[in-house]
Amino acid sequence: MTTEPVGSDLDHGQPVDTVECAGLTPDQRQPYRELGLKDDEYQRIVRILGRRPTDAELAMYSVMWSEHCSYKSSKVHLAYFGKTTTDDMRARMLAGIGENAGVVDIGGGWAVTFKVESHNHPSYVEPYQGAATGVGGIVRDIMAMGARPIAVMDQLRFGPADAKDTRRVLHGVVAGVGGYGNCLGLPNIGGELVFDRSYAGNPLLNAGCVGAMRVEDLHLAHASGAGNKVILFGARTGLDGIGGVSVLASDTFSGEESAGRRKKLPSVQVGDPFTEKVLIECCLELYRAGVVVGIQDLGGAGLSCATSELASAGDGGMHVWLDRVPLRAEGMTPAEILSSESQERMMAIVRPDDMDAFLRVCDRWEVLATEIGEVTETGRLVITWHGHVVVDVPPRTVAHEGPVYQRPVERPADQDALRAAGPESLTRPSTPRELRELLLRMVSSPNLASKRWVTEQYDRYVRGNSVLAQPSDSGMVRVDEETGRGVAMSTDCNGRYCKLDPYIGAQLALAEAYRNVATTGATPLAVTDCMNFGSPEDPGVMWQFEQAVRGLADGCRELGIPVTGGNVSFYNQTGEVAILPTPVVGVLGVIDDVGRRVPTGLTDEPDQTLLLLGDTRDEFGGSEWAHVVHDHLGGVPPTVDLARERLLGEVLVAASRAGMLLAAHDLSEGGLAQAVVESCLLGSVGARIVLPEGSDPFVQLFSESAGRVLVAVSNAVVPAFTEMCASRGLPLTEIGIATPESGILHIDGVATLGLDELRDAWEGALPALFD
Amino acid sequence: MARVVVDVMPKPEILDPQGQAVANALPRLGFTGVGSVRQGKHFELEVDDDVDDATLARIAETFLVNPVIEEWVVRRVTP
Repeated sequence: MTTEPVGSDLDHGQPVDTVECAGLTPDQRQPYRELGLKDDEYQRIVRILGRRPTDAELAMYSVMWSEHCSYKSSKVHLAYFGKTTTDDMRARMLAGIGENAGVVDIGGGWAVTFKVESHNHPSYVEPYQGAATGVGGIVRDIMAMGARPIAVMDQLRFGPADAKDTRRVLHGVVAGVGGYGNCLGLPNIGGELVFDRSYAGNPLLNAGCVGAMRVEDLHLAHASGAGNKVILFGARTGLDGIGGVSVLASDTFSGEESAGRRKKLPSVQVGDPFTEKVLIECCLELYRAGVVVGIQDLGGAGLSCATSELASAGDGGMHVWLDRVPLRAEGMTPAEILSSESQERMMAIVRPDDMDAFLRVCDRWEVLATEIGEVTETGRLVITWHGHVVVDVPPRTVAHEGPVYQRPVERPADQDALRAAGPESLTRPSTPRELRELLLRMVSSPNLASKRWVTEQYDRYVRGNSVLAQPSDSGMVRVDEETGRGVAMSTDCNGRYCKLDPYIGAQLALAEAYRNVATTGATPLAVTDCMNFGSPEDPGVMWQFEQAVRGLADGCRELGIPVTGGNVSFYNQTGEVAILPTPVVGVLGVIDDVGRRVPTGLTDEPDQTLLLLGDTRDEFGGSEWAHVVHDHLGGVPPTVDLARERLLGEVLVAASRAGMLLAAHDLSEGGLAQAVVESCLLGSVGARIVLPEGSDPFVQLFSESAGRVLVAVSNAVVPAFTEMCASRGLPLTEIGIATPESGILHIDGVATLGLDELRDAWEGALPALFD
Repeated sequence: MARVVVDVMPKPEILDPQGQAVANALPRLGFTGVGSVRQGKHFELEVDDDVDDATLARIAETFLVNPVIEEWVVRRVTP
């Protein structure tokens, strides 16, 4: 018997590796290492199948078992979220971790779905398309839950603002986010923009999306009902993004690899937002017509992911005729078709009786729809190519039973030294003149300066329901146009705090996002996260990850709001140097009437008192002051008190309901000085600040103690508001008044600054860097 | 002075939404028989004679072209 490689001569004259061939040539060498699989992972596939995988099977397993899709390094830690979520917390959750996106009931018959996902590596290689397809991907996740996408928000992190490569990446990313989102007609209601050395060569693009639907319209991704049809609809499948998941998202850029990067370049996908816009409307009409049993978007890992996940979530079997997939490129192999990451595609499960109606809707929207398969009861995912079986696998082994790693976890040896090198020894400003100079320098530093240069490139008000957007503390959109019911969302993370203490840092991120939502008058309901870390093969990075997960989960339990979903991005590092641990936390809140929202900027009402809620301590570890002035990172981050955050949130929401608050602004990076400057500039209203007698003005102005909010109330309301805080045990300090006509910010004994001078410093910084 | 032409096309495996839009519009306008359209860019540069090929290649690669998603050809056109 010969052991010559056997191939069926099919279609294009290329030999195709079939299951039959695989059985006959057990010893054929396969390029599994190049596809990112380790030796033992490959052996495991051979054991599962009882033979070597075919080329197509190998492609499927390699993408689905990649870090990005399988969560193989993070799974054991993420399980902690399940353990810390109580039934009470789950009460309003309609879908949670494991679905395309989490869904919460916001009352009034409405449900909201929201999620943040990373698209970091593609955005470094090709910033415009990487960012654009990041937005496209998260929007399809939201669509796949049955919702209409209503807003997006993006969390961007780059290297130093004055570094050359930052310009290239930032311009591309911002244009990509804006280009795709604007074409879709989705308002961009906020996000983050952070510069730090650790993100040079590892920029982070996290893309968030919020969608709304009636509760009964919730759709889940499963393929059930034998005989039901599998429909692929949307764009054609091309050669783009092949290996994107396994090669790009799950490997580190090292010097050696960047030399050979050209070879990997075709891994970039190009998006077409107009196709996606049509796809959104088409999906919504399909939902309304009631012709969808199950649905899933095609993102990373393309058809490999959609077929295996749908099949394993349903009755467990599916037959796919792969040669029916409409292609854009000629001569594509089954392996390439299965791993293509072409954008703007969806897969639906449809009852045979509904097929005509389904295809009619697609036809009306000029969306290409093709029946490519059928749900079966065989328990296996079988894929054929011109009559030959090229894949025959148990779908769960592809989608859910991938390798799980208990990676070594070890607190970095230098963590103690880092915490010991606190900010106490740093020179502080002492004279009023130094304080004045510092204030101007801080407000014009890249991380504190106005983000307007970026956000004005986005459409913030399309659809007409945005009521708050950047630079407000939270974005807020109206969901129910009759009652005014709406949602607020904020995402936050300070990687510097997380570096000093990932457990506390993650809780500080949660606390800030929670506070930002409450500050606008909305009640925080649910959490999503996007965990950006270095290599999981570094025990120190795994320690950071484990600590951050625990901190976030414990924090959510304390605040009583569940994590409904999330995303993990590892390998964000260059050589040995990892990015700052960056667990971005998003909090979603509900407000019964967006009409009572609290603005961030001061208003020009007469007779307003400014009050500072919360305690100010001497806390400068990881602060923006240490970063800007001393380029220093060390010590411990600010104290976090989640019981206090919860109380603060309750007071803010109650005061908003009672109509007591004229304005409110959360204190975070840059402390009170930054908050006061922003409140004044956003409302074009001056203020006079009187710091507590005998206090250290530097600490009062620049400390970053958590759990603080600056509020403006009418003088007449001060007694009632003070009583309300006192009875609940929330500390409050009167720190000044608004002076609407003055045009200046006066800080007693420290400085007098014209609003014009402040505005030039705050708004001029980013244009000076990037125009 | 010499005339230099740089022709830029999206790489074959890259989605070309513009070309696709044109291809979709043709039958709507009554033109049949066109299977596929790819849309690229065409630059014409008037350059001094002492600008060498290496410089031209650098101009194309670093500024005119996005080498991640496009391929290109630089040609000197004899006047």
